[in-house]
Amino acid sequence: MTELSGDGLVLEAGTPASSFAALLRSRDLDPRWETEGQVDAPEGTTVLAFRYAEGVLMAGDRRATAGNYVAHRRVQKVYAADSYSAVAISGTAGVAIELVRLFQTELEHYEKIEGRRLSLSGKANHLASMVRRHLPMAFQGLVVIPLFCGYDEQEEEGRLYSYDVVGGSYEETDYAATGSGGRDARLYLRTKFTDDMSRDAALELALEALVAVAEEDTATGGPDLKRGIYPNIVTVSTSGYAELPEDEIAAMARTVMERSP
Amino acid sequence: MTMPFYVPPEQLMKDRAEYARKGIARGKSIVAVEFVDGVVLLGENPSGTLQKISEVYDRIAFAGVGKYTEFEQLRVGGIRRADLTGYAYSRRDVTAKSLANAYAQTLGHVFTQEVKPFEVEVMVVEIGFADEQSHIYRVTYDGTLYEETRMSAIGGSAEELLAHLDASYSEGASLPEALGWAKSACSSVTDNGIAGWEGAVLDRTLGRRAFRRLTDEEIAAT
Repeated sequence: MTELSGDGLVLEAGTPASSFAALLRSRDLDPRWETEGQVDAPEGTTVLAFRYAEGVLMAGDRRATAGNYVAHRRVQKVYAADSYSAVAISGTAGVAIELVRLFQTELEHYEKIEGRRLSLSGKANHLASMVRRHLPMAFQGLVVIPLFCGYDEQEEEGRLYSYDVVGGSYEETDYAATGSGGRDARLYLRTKFTDDMSRDAALELALEALVAVAEEDTATGGPDLKRGIYPNIVTVSTSGYAELPEDEIAAMARTVMERSP
Repeated sequence: MTMPFYVPPEQLMKDRAEYARKGIARGKSIVAVEFVDGVVLLGENPSGTLQKISEVYDRIAFAGVGKYTEFEQLRVGGIRRADLTGYAYSRRDVTAKSLANAYAQTLGHVFTQEVKPFEVEVMVVEIGFADEQSHIYRVTYDGTLYEETRMSAIGGSAEELLAHLDASYSEGASLPEALGWAKSACSSVTDNGIAGWEGAVLDRTLGRRAFRRLTDEEIAAT
């Protein structure tokens, strides 16, 4: 490796690697949280994803908790990974948000250098390796578990992946959920999920599930009509990643809340 | 014991410059010109995969002419630098000026210190938000940095291309119009016809990532 200028532009001999994470590591800039003992940091809670007719829908509540108090009310847990995929996070919020930022940069970096996007399974595998790297921190209580979905441009279908704490990646056929209310969300989705839902039906199901989970799990924040805080809901379909407009989510949230038992 | 021949520095630089210029003149040139929503870049390129124009960051594009491996090295270096800056600070903090300076320093260093100079010329283009001005920087093989307005050209026939573009340019042109000027400029400097086009735009109507490659049909249609 040769340093060619004093201000940081480095030209490496040989084939340039296309990985941003590897670049960060080589410069000793990769994010690390080295701790002794347990840390109590705010945790993000329930996120879910499922297939519908046009692709995949992903949703997350907005609450972050630390122990038994509400740390943040407006946390974003669902993000665009790139223009054809989305990632949602649960677990230690601070660590997870940094992980998402790194993942987004990695995908864009690869795309710019190679002139093509990574395949969907390539993205899912890379995310798995990022979670695996965080395993030592999970022992300190800084657990991060993402949920990943995207539109497979080769296979022309929406696909979703769930993860576990050791970086195991599992492709799910219909639905997936994680976080403190993940179990309740999965239960709800199991009874209500149907094949080939329309976009509107999918939005309704996502909100119903989150409202139901918020009833059972104190760490999950349901739609807050008074303060105007609504879940983040996004879709990934043939036309790519799209965030659903907030007024649409708000209107549906109101309907769902009013008829919820 | 043999004494090394004394070569005056003027002669040394002249020889290096001539060597680099010859190398650059062998390749095809690239032009950039402003249109109402941004900047369009166009050049002749028979290869559909070995590209000379590339996205660097949200609103920044790169173009290189001359020896492919050398400007590819600069392109990748630029992307790495931009992504590192954007990740460490904020996306807004990645600027074409800083990137162009880095290229100028790198090329200047190689020109004076290495065995052979890079046979390349590069362009860094950044479009401004809404009413802000676009920036076009051009860096030559010896690390000289130029800031250009409205249009620029790199490569062996840069001067003729610029003269041609300047004659047709008018402010506030649509994309097809600007693309038409660029095409006619490129066609005017070749006698053998064009073997294939490579074109891209930085378009401020596209959202965060303003870079978009033009399709062959789109270029052929104008």
